[in-house]
Amino acid sequence: MSLTADDVKKIAHLARLGIDQQNIDNYTQDLSRMLDLMTQMNDLNTDDVAPMAHPLDQQQRLRPDEVTEPNQREKFQSIAPQVENGLYLVPKVID
Amino acid sequence: MEWEVVIGLEIHAQLATKSKIFSGASTAYGAQPNTQACAVDLGFPGVLPVLNQEAVRMAVKFGLAIDAEIAPYSVFARKNYFYPDLPKGYQISQFELPIVGPGHIDIEVDGNIKRIGVTRAHLEEDAGKSLHADFHGLTGIDLNRAGTPLLEIVSEPDMRSAKEAVAYMRKLHELVRYLEICDGNMQEGSFRCDANVSVRPKGQQELGTRTELKNINSFRFVERAINHEVERQIDVIENGGTIIQETRLYDADADETRPMRSKEEANDYRYFPDPDLLPVYIEDSLKEQVKSELPELPAAKKERFMSQFGLDQETAGILTSTRELAHFFELTVEASDNAVKLAANWISGDLLGALNKQSLDITESPIDPVRLGGLIKRISDNTISGKIAKQVFETMWHGQDSADDIIEAQGLKQITDSGAIEAIIDTIIANNPKQVEQYLGGKEKVFGFFVGQVMKETQGKASPAEVNKMLKQKLKK
Amino acid sequence: MHNKTLIELAAGLRSHSYSSVELTQHFLNRIQQHRDLNAFITVSEDIALQQAEQADKKLASGDAGFLTGIPLAQKDIFCTDGVKTTCGSKILDNFIAPYNATVVEKFNDAGAVMLGKLNMDEFAMGSSNETSFYGASKNPWNSDTVPGGSSGGSAAAIAARLTPAATGTDTGGSIRQPAALCGITGLKPTYGRVSRYGMIAYASSLDQGGPMARSAADAAWLLQVMAGFDEKDSTSVDHPVPDYSADLNQPLQGLKIGLPEQFFSDDLDQAIATVIQEAIDEYKKLGAEIKSVSMPHLEFAIPAYYVIASAECSSNLSRYDGVRFGYRCQNPKDLEDMYTRSRGEAFGAEVKRRILMGTYALSAGYYDAYYLKAQKVRRLISNDFKQALSEVDVLMGPVSPSTAFKLGEKTGDPIQMYLSDIYTIAINLAGLPAMSIPAGFVNDMPVGLHIIGNYFEEAKLLQTAHQYQLVTDWHQRSPHGFE
Repeated sequence: MSLTADDVKKIAHLARLGIDQQNIDNYTQDLSRMLDLMTQMNDLNTDDVAPMAHPLDQQQRLRPDEVTEPNQREKFQSIAPQVENGLYLVPKVID
Repeated sequence: MEWEVVIGLEIHAQLATKSKIFSGASTAYGAQPNTQACAVDLGFPGVLPVLNQEAVRMAVKFGLAIDAEIAPYSVFARKNYFYPDLPKGYQISQFELPIVGPGHIDIEVDGNIKRIGVTRAHLEEDAGKSLHADFHGLTGIDLNRAGTPLLEIVSEPDMRSAKEAVAYMRKLHELVRYLEICDGNMQEGSFRCDANVSVRPKGQQELGTRTELKNINSFRFVERAINHEVERQIDVIENGGTIIQETRLYDADADETRPMRSKEEANDYRYFPDPDLLPVYIEDSLKEQVKSELPELPAAKKERFMSQFGLDQETAGILTSTRELAHFFELTVEASDNAVKLAANWISGDLLGALNKQSLDITESPIDPVRLGGLIKRISDNTISGKIAKQVFETMWHGQDSADDIIEAQGLKQITDSGAIEAIIDTIIANNPKQVEQYLGGKEKVFGFFVGQVMKETQGKASPAEVNKMLKQKLKK
Repeated sequence: MHNKTLIELAAGLRSHSYSSVELTQHFLNRIQQHRDLNAFITVSEDIALQQAEQADKKLASGDAGFLTGIPLAQKDIFCTDGVKTTCGSKILDNFIAPYNATVVEKFNDAGAVMLGKLNMDEFAMGSSNETSFYGASKNPWNSDTVPGGSSGGSAAAIAARLTPAATGTDTGGSIRQPAALCGITGLKPTYGRVSRYGMIAYASSLDQGGPMARSAADAAWLLQVMAGFDEKDSTSVDHPVPDYSADLNQPLQGLKIGLPEQFFSDDLDQAIATVIQEAIDEYKKLGAEIKSVSMPHLEFAIPAYYVIASAECSSNLSRYDGVRFGYRCQNPKDLEDMYTRSRGEAFGAEVKRRILMGTYALSAGYYDAYYLKAQKVRRLISNDFKQALSEVDVLMGPVSPSTAFKLGEKTGDPIQMYLSDIYTIAINLAGLPAMSIPAGFVNDMPVGLHIIGNYFEEAKLLQTAHQYQLVTDWHQRSPHGFE
C-alpha cells in the first residue's frame, strides 16, 4: 500500500500538522512502509472476532453529581500563551 | 410545481446536572469566564474523564418518556476536530451505540395528531464559547460551558412544514422540562436547535439534498429560518440550480440564512471509541427505578384533566403545557373546593393574561393557588359576583391579602338580603314611570336600564341573578 | 550509599546512619557529576531538599512510612505540581504542571523525596530515548549506546546509581526494554492497576505506569505505593492491593513456566537465546516445571499495536494546540496557521509520523481496514495469552531481540525501530503484567529476562523474579565508572 505526497498533505491538514515541503517525501515513504507493515493483519481472518477496545472487560463507573472543583483560573492561566480578562485569546475565529 | 418540505431536527438539551458530564466543575450559568473550567474541562495533559451518573439517569428518563429503547450497552466515542472552543481537539460524544434508541413523540398541528420518530438520543459534552468582541483583532475563549452535559435528540425527517417543526420542538421543550432534565432556557442556550431541511417535488420518494441550519434558538426563528430556507431552495431549483449540502447559519438580524465559513470543508471526524471511558451498562433495575420516578407526562396529564375535570381539549392543553402550570391548577381546584370550571377559566384567562402582560412565569405569579382558590370559592358560593371578583383579583395581584380580607375590608359582599334589593327596586320603579311605561309597552330593551340602575345603587354588590328575577316580577303587569 | 537497596536505605534512615537530606544531597551530587548521561530533564534540587528536611522531621518523630526520606525520580511523563513536566517534547518545554499525577501524589503522601524528572522519548514514542527533545539519555554500560525507551532516562539513572529507583511507563515495552538494556528490574503492572491520572497519555488503552528499580524486592515496595484504585481514572480497577513483599520469599517449587514458541524463533539472536536458556535452567534448579506453549497470533502484534497506538495518540495529542498551555508559534497569521505551525514546529518527527499514521487509520473509509481490524487482532492475541496462562503460571522469554544498539543506529529507519518491540508489545495489547530482570550479559551489555503473568498477579511475578535474584547477582552488577 503506498501513499502519495498529496495523501500525506491531506492527512497532515486533518491533523493540523505543519510539515515542511522538503520533508513531505520522507513522510510519504515512511508512512507507506508503516502501512505495508500494518496490512500484514489482512493475512488473518477476523470475521467472527469481536473487536477489543480495552484490555479488561470492565464497565464504566459513574461519578456522583457533585461539584468538587474550585476555581483555579489564575493558576491555570499563568501558563497560557495569551490571556486577557480571563479569556484565552486566539487568532480571529470566523463562523 | 408543487413542492414537499422535509425537515428533521437535532435538538441539544443541556442536562440540568450540578456538575459537568466528565468533571466535578460547576455547570452554573453566568460565571466569570473560565472560572468553572477545571483541568479536565481544559483538556490539560494527563487528565481523565469520569462519567456523571445523573447525566446517565436523565438520558434514561428521557428515553423512557418517549417509549424508546434504552441501550443495555452504550459507548462513548471521540469526534475529532480542531476548534478553539473544543479544548481536547475532540468532543466526547456517542456514535455507533447511543444510550437512547428509536422512540417517538406525538405532535398536534391544526387539530391533527402526528407521530414524529426520534431516531436516537445520545450523551455528549458541550463546547466552550468563542467571544468575538474585539480583543485587538483576536477572539476570546471562555471554556465555562465546556463539558456541560448535552442530550442530543435526533428526529427522523418526518416533519413536512415549519409549523410541524415548531410543534415538535415545543413538544420536546415541554417534555424535557416536565422531566426536569433541562431548564429549557433558550436565551442561555440550554435548549438549542439545528434543522435539516430539504425539498422535493410532491410525490417523489427520494429525498432532496439537505442543508443544515444552525443557530436557530427560538421557536420564532425556527419557523422563520426554515421558511426562508425552503423558499431559497425552491428558488434555486426552479432557476435551474442545485442545492449544495452545506451548513448554513441563520442571521436573525438580516432574517436570512448564509453558508457557514468555518464549515466549508467537509469534516472527517474520525470517530472511534474513547479509550479513556469504558462501555456504559444500563441494568434493568436502573430502568425500573427511573420508570417508577417518572412524572405524569404531558399527554397523560392532558387526558386526565379532560376526563377527571371535564375540561375541553384546548383548556386541558393550555393547563398542562408546563408541569408547574398543571400543578398550579390542581392546587387551585383544591383550594376552591373543587370549583373546577371557574378555576380553569380564571387561570387560563385572567391569570395567564396578567402574567403574560408582565412576562412572568407561572412560578413567579404574585397570587398563589391558595389565594386564587380562595377568590374562586367566593365566586362559586355567590359571595361576590364575577365582576367584583375581577376587582378583588386586581387588589390581590398587588398585595398579600386573601380574597376574604379584601371583600371584608372593601365591603364587597354581594347583597343577598332580598328585602333590601326589593326596596331599592321599588324606589327605582317609582322614580322612572316613563321607562316603566316603555317596558310595559313592549320595549324589552329597557329592562337593561333597570338592571343598571339597581347595580349602580348597590355598587355592583347585588347578585345579578337575584336582581333579574325580582325585576321581572315587579315589572309584570 | 548509592549501592544500597531500598530496605537498606530505609533502615539507615531509621538508625540515623544518615539523614534524608544527606542521602538526597548525595544523589543530587551524583546526578550533577554524571550530567553527561543526560538522564534527567529537570533536577528539582530545591524541592528535593525541602522534602528531605520534612522527611527528617518525620523520621525523628517516628511518624515515618517505609519510603519516607528516600530519594526517587519521576519519569517526565507524570505531572508534578509546580515542576516543569515536558513529556520529552518541545511542545511542553514551558509546561509547569498545575497539578500532581495520582502516582506523584501517592509518593508525596508516602514521604518520598523527588530528585527530578527523567528523560524519555517524546510522548513515550520511541525505543531508544533518541526522540526526546532534550537529546537521548545514554546507556551507562556503554555511552555510545542507547538506554532503550521510552523510559530510558529512568533506566539509565537507576543503572548509574543516580537514583535508587524511579517510575516508568510502558505502552509497548517502555519500562521493560530500557530495563533490559540497562540491566535493571522493571515491572509493567496489569492495565488499570496503577492510576493513569496525570500521566500524560500516549495510547490510553495501552499505557500503564510502573516501578523501575535495581531489584524485584525494591520494585515491590514501589508498586505498593503506586498501585490502587483511583476514582479520577475510569479505567482504574477497583481490585484489592495485596502486600507485594509478603510472598517474595516463598520458594518456586512447582511453578509452571511456559515458553512461547514464537519467542524463540530463529530470528532471536543466538547469544541472547543462550542467556535466556541459562536463566530458565536456573529456574529449573529452583523447582520450576518448563512447558512449551504456542501463541499463534503473536506475529500480528506489531501491526495491531502500531495501528491502535497511532490512532489513540493522534487523538490524544490534539490538545496540544497552542491555546491553553504549551508551545505557540510566533505571530500566527490566522487560526489555521497557529495550529499547524505550533504543532509542526514543536512535535518531533516520530510523533508526527504516528499522528499522521493514526489520523489516516481513523479517517473515513479506512477505519474498518485498520482500526477495527487491529481491535479484532487484539482480541485474538489476548485470547492466546489467556489460553497459555490457563496452562502455566508465568511465561518467559527475551525482552529485546538485541542488547543496547548504537546511538543513531536505527534513527533513520522507523520500521526497524518498531521491530525492536517485538517481544513486549503483545503484552500491552492483552493488558497483562510483565517484568524484565537482569539475566546476564552479551559482549558486556546487559540482557533482560521477560516474565509475564496473569492479570493482577504482580505479586507472583515479583516472587518469581526475587527468587531468581536470590541465587544470581546479575542485578547487582554495576557499570564501570558508576560503582
